[in-house]
Amino acid sequence: MIRLEGITKHYDTGSRRVTALSGIDLAVAKGEIFGVIGHSGAGKSTLLRSINLLERPTSGRVIVDGTDLTALGTKQLQEQRRKIGMIFQHFNLLSSATVEDNIAFPLKLAKTPKADIRRKVSELLELTGLTEHRFKYPSQLSGGQKQRVGIARALAADPQVLLCDEATSALDPQTTNSILSLLLDINERFGLTIVLITHEMHVIRSICDRVAVIHEGTLVEQGRVVDVFLKPQHPVTLEFVEQVSDPVELPPAADLAARLLKITFLGERTYEPILSKAVQATGVTFSILQGTISKLKQVPYGQLVVKLEGDGAAIERTIETLRADGLDVEVA
Amino acid sequence: MDFSQVSWPEIGQATLDTLDMLGLSALFTFLVGLPLGIVLYLTSKGALLQNRPFYAAVSLVINVLRSFPFVILMIAVIPLTRLLVGTSLGVRGSIPPLVIAAAPFFARLVETSLREVDRGVIEAAQSMGASYRQIVWKVLLPESLPGLLAGITITTVTLVSYTAMSGLIGGGGLGDLAIRYGYQRFEKEVMIVTVVILIALVQILQMIGDKLVQRFSRR
Ligand SMILES: Nc1ncnc2c1ncn2[C@@H]1O[C@H](COP(=O)(O)OP(=O)(O)OP(=O)(O)O)[C@@H](O)[C@H]1O
Ligand SMILES: [Mg+2]
Repeated sequence: MIRLEGITKHYDTGSRRVTALSGIDLAVAKGEIFGVIGHSGAGKSTLLRSINLLERPTSGRVIVDGTDLTALGTKQLQEQRRKIGMIFQHFNLLSSATVEDNIAFPLKLAKTPKADIRRKVSELLELTGLTEHRFKYPSQLSGGQKQRVGIARALAADPQVLLCDEATSALDPQTTNSILSLLLDINERFGLTIVLITHEMHVIRSICDRVAVIHEGTLVEQGRVVDVFLKPQHPVTLEFVEQVSDPVELPPAADLAARLLKITFLGERTYEPILSKAVQATGVTFSILQGTISKLKQVPYGQLVVKLEGDGAAIERTIETLRADGLDVEVA
Repeated sequence: MDFSQVSWPEIGQATLDTLDMLGLSALFTFLVGLPLGIVLYLTSKGALLQNRPFYAAVSLVINVLRSFPFVILMIAVIPLTRLLVGTSLGVRGSIPPLVIAAAPFFARLVETSLREVDRGVIEAAQSMGASYRQIVWKVLLPESLPGLLAGITITTVTLVSYTAMSGLIGGGGLGDLAIRYGYQRFEKEVMIVTVVILIALVQILQMIGDKLVQRFSRR
């Protein structure tokens, strides 16, 4: 759905040249929620804004739904941008327009007939739970409500892609979650492709399918959230993972009569008594040294560090049983 | 003090002339100043149509016009005034100098109000595929409406004092009356009456302006 090829962006500020992005290649599939995470100044906003060419890359191509946006003239680009909705950290609503008129804004820009506008606006008010606020002005709304208006506005022109620039960074945790579930709902209902940038791993963990980690203008890691989250490769990625869960680390082996294992559960298996069944069968004992159980998007996962004690051969058999049951087992 | 000597019909006529001058000059000032202010804003640094040389040139002309004291500007543009409206006297003759003095001032106020519009909102509109024209009409002007109304009020009030000054070169209206009777014939009653009327006029304009600004403020 979205392909970025060799995106580089320099800013010339007086005598100094800042390289905000260098050689970014990225592909986002139709209907997926793709997250980009990075520290402040890493180039997240620049990357997101280059997708709809609010920021024109110094070099590289941006292809959205088969159209090379970088090759278009002003008029055609304006046309294509209607297919790409965008929401912002600071909402960026028209302060002089009511909720209703804000949502209708992109439709008015596209000179949509009045009756269609009215129908579409009602639908979106319903979807975002804003019907009772339709005649209010943005200054009369809370942050979460403003972002809902932002989302409704971004959806008004039936875009195929939604770009989210730190959409929840100005909101409290509870409101953040309600906005995230709204985004997930929209994604599932309309098959909308969503690209979001954030500096909070919580956001990635809650709704993203795939994630890319950006550091100093380059992508240092990308993949399925599950893989990146459970097996972070790059130190920056590890930092972000540690934001949401204590690192489950395998300490070095202690003595010969005991083995230390790091076991990763994923999906429904997380809740099955696989470990206790395995030790019952082999007669070894285990103690849990460290562990976490949580969810990635809606997929439950768990990571445990356990110490197995008992007969050497029995321990080996336990490990084999666990692996045969499809668990990921690392041995110290 | 003897107000019975005051010629009220003459005062009434002068008041009407002043309102006439004020209305026409304000109208033309806004017609010229608003587009000028928009162009200034759009071509300024970091704006949508950034154009350094163009901005610098227009800015210079505006600064030159604004640094002329009005009395001097009024006299300096007499040839141009004759060319434009055929006379440099009366209500008609006073319009060109008033507009030439007030439009650059108003343009600056417009530029300043437009600058107050949140860049993020303009970006949001761009992200929705708005054309430059749509950004001006549907984002910049509505969003800066309170500021623009305040600018209109300030400019109109400034024009009131300019219209009074244009009495110096026979522009007609209350200023003319005050100079002819009050200054040249020492009839201070006429002077007092005209000043009171001007004060009332300014008060009323400011009040209406403030009300409108309040009405359209949404922040
Ligand atoms: N208009 C600009 N002019 C000059 N430098 C810029 C400009 N915009 C961004 N930069 C620089 O580019 C780099 C990346 O900026 P960007 O805004 O993309 O970071 P970010 O990851 O979004 O950070 P944050 O989380 O703080 O929003 C930064 O070093 C920034 O200073
Ligand atoms: Mg940013």
